[in-house]
Amino acid sequence: MPILKHGEIIIDDWQNLADDEVLPEEGLAIVSLARWQTDRDQLINARRPLGLRLTGKVDVSEIAADLDHFDLVAVSFPGIADGRGYSQARLLRQRFGFTGELRATGPLVRDVFAALERVGFDAIEARDQAEAEAWSVAVGRITVRLQSDITAPEMSSFQTAAE
Amino acid sequence: MYTYQAQDQLLVDQRAAQFQEQVERRFEGALNEDEFRPLRLQNGLYQEMHAYMLRINIPYGTLSSRQLRKLADISRTFDKGYGHFTTRQNLQLNWLSLKDTPAILAELATVEMHAIQSSGSCIRNVTADHFAGAAADEIDDPRIWAEIVRQWSTLHPEFAFLPRKFKIAVSGGGKDRAATAVHDIGLKLVRNDDGQIGFEVMVGGGLGRTPMLGKVIREFLPSDHLLSYLEAILRVYNQLGRRDNKYKARIKIMVHELGAEVVRDLVEDEWLATRDSGLKLPQSEVSRIRDNFQPPAFEVVDAPDPDHQVQEPGFIDWQRTNVHAHKQPGYNIVTVSLKAFGIAPGDASAEQMYVLANLADAYSFGEIRVSHEQNLILPHVRRDHLPALWQSLQRVGLGTANAGLATDIISCPGMDFCTLASARSIPVSLAITERLDDLKRLHDIGELKIKISGCVNACAHHHVGHIGILGLEKKGEEFYQVTVGGRADEEAAIGQVVGPGFAGHEIPDVIENLIAVYLDVRKNGELFVDTVKRLGTSPFKESLYAHSETR
Ligand code: HEM
Ligand code: SF4
Repeated sequence: MPILKHGEIIIDDWQNLADDEVLPEEGLAIVSLARWQTDRDQLINARRPLGLRLTGKVDVSEIAADLDHFDLVAVSFPGIADGRGYSQARLLRQRFGFTGELRATGPLVRDVFAALERVGFDAIEARDQAEAEAWSVAVGRITVRLQSDITAPEMSSFQTAAE
Repeated sequence: MYTYQAQDQLLVDQRAAQFQEQVERRFEGALNEDEFRPLRLQNGLYQEMHAYMLRINIPYGTLSSRQLRKLADISRTFDKGYGHFTTRQNLQLNWLSLKDTPAILAELATVEMHAIQSSGSCIRNVTADHFAGAAADEIDDPRIWAEIVRQWSTLHPEFAFLPRKFKIAVSGGGKDRAATAVHDIGLKLVRNDDGQIGFEVMVGGGLGRTPMLGKVIREFLPSDHLLSYLEAILRVYNQLGRRDNKYKARIKIMVHELGAEVVRDLVEDEWLATRDSGLKLPQSEVSRIRDNFQPPAFEVVDAPDPDHQVQEPGFIDWQRTNVHAHKQPGYNIVTVSLKAFGIAPGDASAEQMYVLANLADAYSFGEIRVSHEQNLILPHVRRDHLPALWQSLQRVGLGTANAGLATDIISCPGMDFCTLASARSIPVSLAITERLDDLKRLHDIGELKIKISGCVNACAHHHVGHIGILGLEKKGEEFYQVTVGGRADEEAAIGQVVGPGFAGHEIPDVIENLIAVYLDVRKNGELFVDTVKRLGTSPFKESLYAHSETR
């Protein structure tokens, strides 16, 4: 599935590592939280760019202290209706200061792209090429924002009021 | 009333255009039904038994005459010329086709209305006391705060896909006319010892198959922290609410499983980190919203009391039940009953809507409210205009003198419209109304709230009915379970089941029987629910089941 980074379709260099797969000699690998917890020292000693994969009910505060070890955190969306990842992203970015790539993994349709970016994702796994190509139209559909978010920490509606 | 600013208008216009495109993609097959469902639900659109149903938000129940006319127009153009006002201060249109709905949303946008988040697992239409701005007992106008919540919750990027639906209600702080105890979050306006305005915050109320009353997790929330506190609750729920079982996904179950204290600690911790963020409400913003809810230009009324002008018994009856005290001398609040004999509770025809819009212009500063009891309200009527208003209402079947009485029944659509129904509810309510058609007797019985749901989802709030009726089904047979003693006000309580269920045709007898026991044992001035509270269910049980054995 195509990956969008800041709205551009990119070639994805990251490899999703299954828990029983050995860490390859080179390249960029994403490991599960379970793998990280069991092989932590080994993964740190490999001195390689690492990605972390989060699925389901994860208390992100428990990995806050480890975030410096990761260049990427991938938050999975098992279906459009499971919205846990929105809060996880927001906490990772806003509360715990994660600055690496925050990737929403799907399949995701264009209708949620804007919301994903507003809570802190800078990379999105689109369902297919058509969805990925629709990015710029989709995020421009609704330009009014009545909440504070990652892109605008102050309430935009209040700002208008003050004008 | 709140008037849209440029950005509010842009939002609803853009939303309608977005939905147009989504519907096109659905027709082309670019979206499958699983992908489309949450998108259409977040625009209020359900696929029902015979057609699509659109649920239109009436935020905190406030409508202008212009908006009501537009609703009437839409029901004529796209539906069968009537609409159904619901317990959630929404209007439902039952006979739509999918292809028309983007055009309907665009029409709604022209009068500052929308159906955003009226369904789906997101923050729903925020409801409030329908007497807001007119009731003498309110600490502040709940609409101001409900509007602030409406804006914040509209297309909130983090909370569009919660474990389940999420309902917030705001009461003005006096009598609770917003049923706050049965909402996911109930906010009650309060004033602290320093005279500051704030909220008592209740969390985890809800009905459905496991009815629960909300628990107070904060006694006083300073009003400028309203949004940060709501956001903290929602963030905790979005992460910890159950997603494995849709029947256990409401926040009430989370509160029940973790305990209110644990939930309070989680929320307070989260709030500590965000309370002084950009969410803190600046005074300028509160004032901007408040300015929209200034009282209308009340006049000093120097006319004789209508009691002395009109001797018609019908008017006197109507005045007793449907006319309520107003904070402004010389004015009253009027309940327009949508519970006329033979009409499904909450239904209004396009013609009635037009007439009411005109009457609102003539007598109520162009304002109408929708109550969670499925009636319409004219909030600001001059006392001396009451007789003329009553006569006009009579002419279109809107003058029924039964507000709060036993025939002011709340009923869900039930088997007649709803795909989830186990049993019919509208016919049962009509049968009760037919039986209790003697107005004099109704007035003697006094306040009695009967609520009928067609299945365990409890859309008609039967758990908090003074008498609750729940439609069920066993081996293809409909039957009805009866509860007594529920209430939705500041003394909220869940009703207790009286015993084995009844067939639909027995329900009018059951109601008669319950009323007979009450009339027999009531003490002076005691309401039906008070009697149940004092004596418990046993006298009612004994009478009901003794009766069924001797038959
Ligand atoms: C006809 C289509 C309708 C459908 C498919 C529907 C569906 C549902 C479902 C599934 C629930 C249970 C939610 C839960 O337990 O988590 C529910 C609750 C509710 N619905 Fe409806 N409903 C419909 C119409 C209505 C109408 C007409 C009203 C108002 C008269 C209404 C008001 C409510 C209320 C107040 C609740 C209680 C919420 C709670 O548990 O706190 N619904 N509805
Ligand atoms: S209570 Fe049941 S039957 Fe009635 S509207 Fe709700 S889901 Fe439908």
